[in-house]
Amino acid sequence: MLQTAQRSSKRSISKKAPPHERFLEAFRWMLLARTLEEKLVSLYRGGLITGGVYVGRGQEAVSVACGLFLQKGDVFAPLIRDQAGRSAFGEPLVDVARTYLGSRQGPMRGRDGNIHRGRPRDGQFAMISHLGAMISVAVGALMAKRFKGEKNFVGLTCIGEGGMQTGSAHEGLNIAAVEQVPLVVVATNNHYAYSTPNEREFACHDLVDRAKGYGFEGHTIDGTDLANCLDVIGGAVQRARAGRPPQLVVASILRLSGHGEHDDASYVTEEIKREPFARDCLKCTEKTIVDLNLAGTETLREWREDAAAQVDRAISTAQKEAAPEADEEDWRAISMRDLVDQVE
Amino acid sequence: MSITYLEAIREAQAKLLRDDDRVFIYGQDVGGSFGGAFKATKGLAKEFPGRVLNTPISEDAMVGTAIGAALEGMRPIVEMQFADFSSTALNQILNNAGTHYWRTNVPVPITVRLPSGGTKGSGPFHSQSMESLYAHYPGLIVMTPATVEDVYTMLIEAVAIDDPVVFCEHKYLYYHLKADKLPTEGLPTGQARIAREGRDLTIVAYSAVLHECLAVAEQFAREGFEIEVVDLRSVKPLDTDTVLASVARTGRLLCVGESFPWGGATAEVIARVTSEGFHLLDAAPQRINARDTPIPYHPNLWAAHRPNAKTIAAKARNLLQE
Ligand SMILES: Cc1ncc(C[n+]2csc(CCOP(=O)(O)OP(=O)(O)O)c2C)c(N)n1
Repeated sequence: MLQTAQRSSKRSISKKAPPHERFLEAFRWMLLARTLEEKLVSLYRGGLITGGVYVGRGQEAVSVACGLFLQKGDVFAPLIRDQAGRSAFGEPLVDVARTYLGSRQGPMRGRDGNIHRGRPRDGQFAMISHLGAMISVAVGALMAKRFKGEKNFVGLTCIGEGGMQTGSAHEGLNIAAVEQVPLVVVATNNHYAYSTPNEREFACHDLVDRAKGYGFEGHTIDGTDLANCLDVIGGAVQRARAGRPPQLVVASILRLSGHGEHDDASYVTEEIKREPFARDCLKCTEKTIVDLNLAGTETLREWREDAAAQVDRAISTAQKEAAPEADEEDWRAISMRDLVDQVE
Repeated sequence: MSITYLEAIREAQAKLLRDDDRVFIYGQDVGGSFGGAFKATKGLAKEFPGRVLNTPISEDAMVGTAIGAALEGMRPIVEMQFADFSSTALNQILNNAGTHYWRTNVPVPITVRLPSGGTKGSGPFHSQSMESLYAHYPGLIVMTPATVEDVYTMLIEAVAIDDPVVFCEHKYLYYHLKADKLPTEGLPTGQARIAREGRDLTIVAYSAVLHECLAVAEQFAREGFEIEVVDLRSVKPLDTDTVLASVARTGRLLCVGESFPWGGATAEVIARVTSEGFHLLDAAPQRINARDTPIPYHPNLWAAHRPNAKTIAAKARNLLQE
């Protein structure tokens, strides 16, 4: 609250001071994510993607803030709607293209698809579908860093309000606090878990109230307000890094897409679409940029073109690459060759 | 000096903690002065401060945490208080650890210790043998040591293996089984052991029931039958070659395991032998498992639920007479 007030007073003094020092940088990652995902959607509609497409439309401001403040040596365990954050943390765009398009050269080599991707050795953990499972994995990674004597590291993991209701999430949050690891958990309430609205998901007043129960420090954010996301998530990352207890940030937005692209989201009510949290964070951010004259229309156009060019490059690279072939696959699920069970 | 199966587990862990900085033990009640529900970590928390850690009752998060730590270079050992409770960690073991190498090319070197199998009076939720279930899923090694020597060397090997290992140690053997001393080396994982040589019938077993099978073989020897007993040691990988070679000598096969009868390790052995060595068989292969009910509490029922010397001997006799 205080921060918001300070920001708006600043705004009236200097028209050109961005509401957060990394505001424009963050915007460009958001733009890149949106551009990429729109491209993926069109490929999907054209029948060029096998399996589902899951986008983070409307969640880019929250997501970018999740990736932006992490550094090399940190751990990021993103979830379904985190394209912006993954890119900001350093995931190459071509990894996304290769995974969605099933290139044998991607990090998953056709063995897993879409959002189920990562580079664990670079701190980019590869989510499994089962919601809630990645929280404790992040905890363990941070414990390991502590065991090894590393310093100044932090972990961040994302979850939806739906995933927050799993037993696994509960165990993960609790164990994070027991172990006092430098973890930030960002829970985005986009008001639907697939088609299920909040009132059938949980009955507490506000998910952030759980922070206290777990021994976390809790924060809420307006996920349509990029500056707010950057302030609060950036602050939470800093606090965790500085040795404060684990941090829970609960963001409020509306999912501006179907659950996946197969879903027309006809269950989303007209009423909820008029809520303030239903605004499109990308549009809100762009409006702030224009209103404060942080970048001219020409610059904005260049950024858009640059994003489109990057996306095109990544997609066309992946499209040219060979698909995995069943007879070249080694069909071994363990790394130790001599321990593979030889089943016909 | 004599050392029990349980003490060997403790000694293996002490050695692992001593020799390898990457090792830590994570489980309910393993730390402090308590040392675990079965005392498999007795004294270790004191000897290795900060590396033998009590956890909340959160099997899912215990394994998830171990996975994360392994990804960052540690070699965690997770102790389940009883194998049965690993059911609430199935997701992490099967879907996270078991898929990780395949998906990302990065292996997950965790060891999950499961105090397994029946002891009388333990009932449906403290007696289960889950090796068949874990072996069914890709991406896991499933060890089922039957001797003091094996439980020691295999646990040490489990931690050295880069892939996730489900380590099924049998609670019945904890105190019953003793050896004179600990070995310095053992057979490699994936290699079965001929526990007793014979020519008339092959019995394939693993874990605690191996000893019942050996007793039966002893009993038949007095009648002039020579039963060969194969100890699988690990059900995954499964040493089909050693089993086939034995069946080639005997022509008859009986498989004995303590897990539930539908599918499972014994069915797998028979499936492999019949498809790869049908011509070696002089009689239809047989198997004995636990019964297809939850595990009973009362000793009278419990003893009849699992394979025992009587049921094994009856099946063996039928096979020998065919
Ligand atoms: C444990 C588990 N159960 C069911 C699913 C199927 N599923 C995938 S996403 C989803 C909805 C998730 O909602 P939420 O966590 O709020 O995230 P959102 O999709 O809204 O971003 C469901 C039910 C799953 N992935 N994991």
